[in-house]
Amino acid sequence: MPAALLLLERNLLIYRHTWYLLLAEVLEPMLYLLTIGVGIGQLVGHVPGLDDHGPAGGIGYSVYVAPALLATAAMNGAMNETTFNMFSKLKLQRVYDSILATPMTVYDVAVGEVCWALLRGVLITLGFLAVVGAFGLVHSVWILLVVPGAALVGFAFASVGLAVVTYLRNWADFQFIQLAMLPMFLFATTFYPLGVYPRPIQIAVECLPLYQSIQLIRLPALGQPGTALLLPAVYLLLMGALGLRIALPRMQRLLLH
Amino acid sequence: MVAEGLRKVYQPSGFTAVDGIDFALAPGEAFGFLGPNGAGKSSTMRMISCVSPLSGGSLRVLGLDAATHGPEIRARIGVVPQEDTLDEELTVRENLLIYGRYFGLPRPVVRERADRLLEFARLTDKADEQVAALSGGMKRRLTIARGLVNEPEILLLDEPTTGLDPQARHLLWERLYQLKSEGVSLILTTHYMDEAEQLCDRLVVMDGGRIVAGGTPRELIEAHAGREVLELRVPPGDQAVTAEKLQGLADRLEPLPDRLLLYTEDGETALAAVHARGIVPITALVRRAGLEDVFLTLTGRTLVD
Repeated sequence: MPAALLLLERNLLIYRHTWYLLLAEVLEPMLYLLTIGVGIGQLVGHVPGLDDHGPAGGIGYSVYVAPALLATAAMNGAMNETTFNMFSKLKLQRVYDSILATPMTVYDVAVGEVCWALLRGVLITLGFLAVVGAFGLVHSVWILLVVPGAALVGFAFASVGLAVVTYLRNWADFQFIQLAMLPMFLFATTFYPLGVYPRPIQIAVECLPLYQSIQLIRLPALGQPGTALLLPAVYLLLMGALGLRIALPRMQRLLLH
Repeated sequence: MVAEGLRKVYQPSGFTAVDGIDFALAPGEAFGFLGPNGAGKSSTMRMISCVSPLSGGSLRVLGLDAATHGPEIRARIGVVPQEDTLDEELTVRENLLIYGRYFGLPRPVVRERADRLLEFARLTDKADEQVAALSGGMKRRLTIARGLVNEPEILLLDEPTTGLDPQARHLLWERLYQLKSEGVSLILTTHYMDEAEQLCDRLVVMDGGRIVAGGTPRELIEAHAGREVLELRVPPGDQAVTAEKLQGLADRLEPLPDRLLLYTEDGETALAAVHARGIVPITALVRRAGLEDVFLTLTGRTLVD
């Protein structure tokens, strides 16, 4: 068994007692779905879908919003772990100091935490998918591609979170993360299609990792799997690899001083 | 274990914590690092446990090069850090189970060892409690039990009894004797002299990143403090005058804020000589010289932070 998975084992041991904490993270997208998806959706009615190939007559607004919230759930589920939770393990509880006194290496710790974070993202996404299903918002069976999709989104954001956490000095620094995450959440076509923006802003939005994550999950969820998924998939893979590339030497310096 | 010219320089401050030290250890030996805070003891321990890269010199542990064989060495040693780094999110037993797993031990083996170690640390009753609920002494015992889960050949203990009450210390010492009798090498740092005298076959005194003396506790006392110490308490303010009058009565004279210490081969004779010179101390005490005297002689009496 690869040593990195032992860290997964540790986290599963903990979540055996506190699995309900994951439910709290399902609640957040659920509130957005209820207030904005269903609530504002009453006023919006139908949106024209994604492009000209979309279903004729458009789709219900909450059906449109749900996949974006699935992608956001995967993102937050993974990134909360490698930022918030890992900060306290790294700086306050000093969990890794004792782990690194065993044959485990910094590489094992980093990869193990990213694996756990992406698993967490997938579990939260699955929980929210059940909610989406219960609301009758499933448009196509292709929505099941959300499972590998969430894993990829989770990998990308967990790795970036791992790099970010090495720069954080105290809890106040978490404001900077919020400063980046909240606008991204609002602008990355979560609640309305890209078409509403003028072209230069469209390009900027297309560069956002959450936009790519939403594309990866929304296209199949609305019944349009295809080669258009390749770009977001490659984007997220590269983003995850880059995150790890930055995080590993920094963690090495932080933990083995 | 052999260290030659071992150095540790922290970046970016450039602070030299360990400044070229040499030492060697035989299997089964109990070896101590003594020294004031900031002497470089913990940095040395971290290098031995292969979690802190060397800045210079060489270090071989269990015949392996510490710079290149970290994971292999760590698999065969046990570490009890200065601060308890128990996994606060897990129960007492789970702490031992998962720690054993980090060493790649199969689950049934780890379960069996966890039961035995809980017994050893007298924590069987607390097995399913959260770590946060334990007292300081219990946490320390659990940390030591955790360091033994891989059945190490060398156990490293960084200030193992700091902050413990006397009962807890004695229980710990007894457990460490037991390990030593089972053939486990012990390496410990401490600034408790009684602890060093009780546990260590051999020790070195560190100060300012260097080793300033080394040997068995007996050798160190004989070389640096002599056989006996005469402690004289004199009225405050009279020390300088009294010290002047005492010249020549002892091998060495050490004025403390409230006392005068005379290092001598025969305390009673020295005391008689003091009286003969017409000096009347408030109290006088003759005692055997101990490691504390060595320590204070070698590392000075000023407070080090």
